[in-house]
Amino acid sequence: MRPGPSADGLGSPPPGLPSVPGERSTALVGPPRPRASRPRGPADDLWVWAGRVLGSSSFRLAVLYMLLLTVSVAILLGFIYWSTAGYMDRQLDATIAAETQGLAEQYRRRGLRGLTSLIKERVARDPTGAGIYLLVDKNLEPLVGNLDRWPGGFPNADGWIHFRLRERGPDRTEEHDARAQVFRLQGDLRLLVGRDVRDLEATRGLILDALTWGLALTAGLALVGGWLMTSRVVRRIEAINQTSRDIMEGDLSRRIPLGGSGDDFDQLADGLNRMLARIENLMSGVRQVSDNIAHDLRTPLTRLRTKLEVLRAELESALGDGHPASASVEETIADADVMLTTFNALLRIARIESGSQRAGFAEVNLAPLAEDVAELYEPVAADKDQTLMVEVPRSARVIGDRDLLFQALGNLVDNAVKYTPEGGRVTLRIRPLAESIAVEVTDSGPGIPPELRDEVFRRFFRADHSRSTPGSGLGLSLVQAVIQLHGASIELGDNGPGLRVTVRVPRPRPSAQANAQAPVTT
Amino acid sequence: MDSIADLAPGRAAAPALQARPLAHRPGEATDGRAFPYYSSMRVLLIEDDRQMAEYLRKALTEVGAVADHAADGRGGLLQAASGEYDVLIVDRMLPGLDGLAIIRTLRASGNQTPVLILSALGEVDDRVEGLRAGGDDYLVKPFAFSELHARLEVLLRRGAAEVPETRLRVGDLEMDLLKREVVRAGRPIQLQPREFRLLEYLMRHAGQVVTRTMLLEQVWDYHFDPQTNVIDVHISRLRGKIDRDFDTPLLHTVRGAGYMIRAR
Repeated sequence: MRPGPSADGLGSPPPGLPSVPGERSTALVGPPRPRASRPRGPADDLWVWAGRVLGSSSFRLAVLYMLLLTVSVAILLGFIYWSTAGYMDRQLDATIAAETQGLAEQYRRRGLRGLTSLIKERVARDPTGAGIYLLVDKNLEPLVGNLDRWPGGFPNADGWIHFRLRERGPDRTEEHDARAQVFRLQGDLRLLVGRDVRDLEATRGLILDALTWGLALTAGLALVGGWLMTSRVVRRIEAINQTSRDIMEGDLSRRIPLGGSGDDFDQLADGLNRMLARIENLMSGVRQVSDNIAHDLRTPLTRLRTKLEVLRAELESALGDGHPASASVEETIADADVMLTTFNALLRIARIESGSQRAGFAEVNLAPLAEDVAELYEPVAADKDQTLMVEVPRSARVIGDRDLLFQALGNLVDNAVKYTPEGGRVTLRIRPLAESIAVEVTDSGPGIPPELRDEVFRRFFRADHSRSTPGSGLGLSLVQAVIQLHGASIELGDNGPGLRVTVRVPRPRPSAQANAQAPVTT
Repeated sequence: MDSIADLAPGRAAAPALQARPLAHRPGEATDGRAFPYYSSMRVLLIEDDRQMAEYLRKALTEVGAVADHAADGRGGLLQAASGEYDVLIVDRMLPGLDGLAIIRTLRASGNQTPVLILSALGEVDDRVEGLRAGGDDYLVKPFAFSELHARLEVLLRRGAAEVPETRLRVGDLEMDLLKREVVRAGRPIQLQPREFRLLEYLMRHAGQVVTRTMLLEQVWDYHFDPQTNVIDVHISRLRGKIDRDFDTPLLHTVRGAGYMIRAR
């Protein structure tokens, strides 16, 4: 469909407007260009589907298989054709040779007369037969035979000649090929003995047709068969892939499904499954050990702490409030608490890293969660004259563990508030991205030099300037464990000045929400 | 529901359900003493660590409770099933019978005695598992005795204080839950929503020690480790609003334990 003459042929511009030759802006007045904003129709889906199919490894493998098989079959069929056709040619030559032999016999015994009569007899016996005979004199004038004239063309070294034969029938004229051998007789006579190869050509054509169709059929079947075969293989590889992805995300209980046939894939899957079982066994062993540590070591620690509490109570009742002895006990309790806190944090990180808590995952809206974090830490920031800002969209849904996400965000904000000097500025911002939800914590503190940015996630790492600040050095390790559990990423950057921490939590798979940006500030 | 429950033979005589209101009459909530109920509180401690159990028993006796001890799961279940206890403290890992199995068995037979689960595990999935089994609260070892103490208090009082209240009062501090207003000695006090919830929780548990963890769980509704003294900052801000301009402070810090709101 053409856009019509309007585009270039709007006629003269309105009076007052100068006409610029070749100026295309007038085309905008015309009807909208076809295809400008065509709605997506089923054809587009078809293209998408076709693109997916053509791009799939099943299809590529199937095409490769088809090409290989088709070329092999073509070579095989070519050989069959070549040998069949050769056989037929040899049969023809043998027939001609036999006829020639009969004629030569007559010629030898009875001379030219005998030869002529035999030719006549043969032509008469089978006037429409395939045999061709012609005897001509030195001027190529026919003496006897069923050809009206000597054919053009030159025979090859062995005397063989090919020519076209025109047969005039009662209702139509047919042309076909003929093959003949030419002999020179005494007295400059020439004899042509040959056969109409019409039947032979027909047979040959038939064979060629059959072989061509066979080849086409082979190609089609090869494509379908290759598709079926490779898609099965690709599907099984994909199953292994999917399972390994699930396992990478922490679901160690997943196993690769077996086909049941005991083939190579089953053996591979079985091997991998055994490996997984072994790993899971070791992992649960580690978890068992850490649980046992928790039970066996924390219980005496608790006992120690309880004893200290009882001791403090006894001291207070014996010596009264405010005695130096009970103050020492108080300090010892505080020391024990520091020990226990560190110990708990380590165990907690270990447990988060084991991925077992993914069982408790649910949909979490990060927006109110971030507001809660900001609200919780706001008085701490206010005590340091800092401004704590929070900017969140109305909704930022992810799949995760609410308490752990709160813990991670809380630790980040806690760090930001802790390391930013008085009067500074801390911002907690959530930005929905295409594939993920970005959580940014920025501050106006000293920041972290680039060479230390990987180090800070190590257990017990503390930057030099933070040695004086209270903390276990496990906060960011815990954050990282939570991040990894959620398949999220964390990045430390420069806020110029200050630190910018960006966490990207993947959106839930079927994401169908358009998040309206509605900044809220506290 | 009731008729079905009545038909079930195990449920017909749930003695624990009746025992609690008798032992702890509502309305006695704030008589000035810090721990008003321990004269009558009977605790069963099911714990395999004998030393731990011994200290806990001693500490419980110290605050006026009557504490019995069972060292293994089977014996503990039999003792608990007698229904003579106001509250059970059950360790999760026990020889003989697992702590959660004890709770499930008790609940299945209609015994509704409040249960506090003790555990060395304590991540969220375990907590959820424990509460789903029928536990009422969950405490992770190691814990301060004061934390256990405060939680036992709340557990015991829970059954009694289920009456929906519209006004809370501690001394001259009054909270109107419908109008969401707070007045002390006739002077209105402006509170942020979270400060209101914080004060509400403290006033609902007036006279009881409320720990920082309990506040995080109940007022902020998150189970996490705050690393720093965030709760203290919130409390001091609240204290600034309700106590600063008045002669008698209501919001007290209980050393080594948490906070308490009380009139005297």
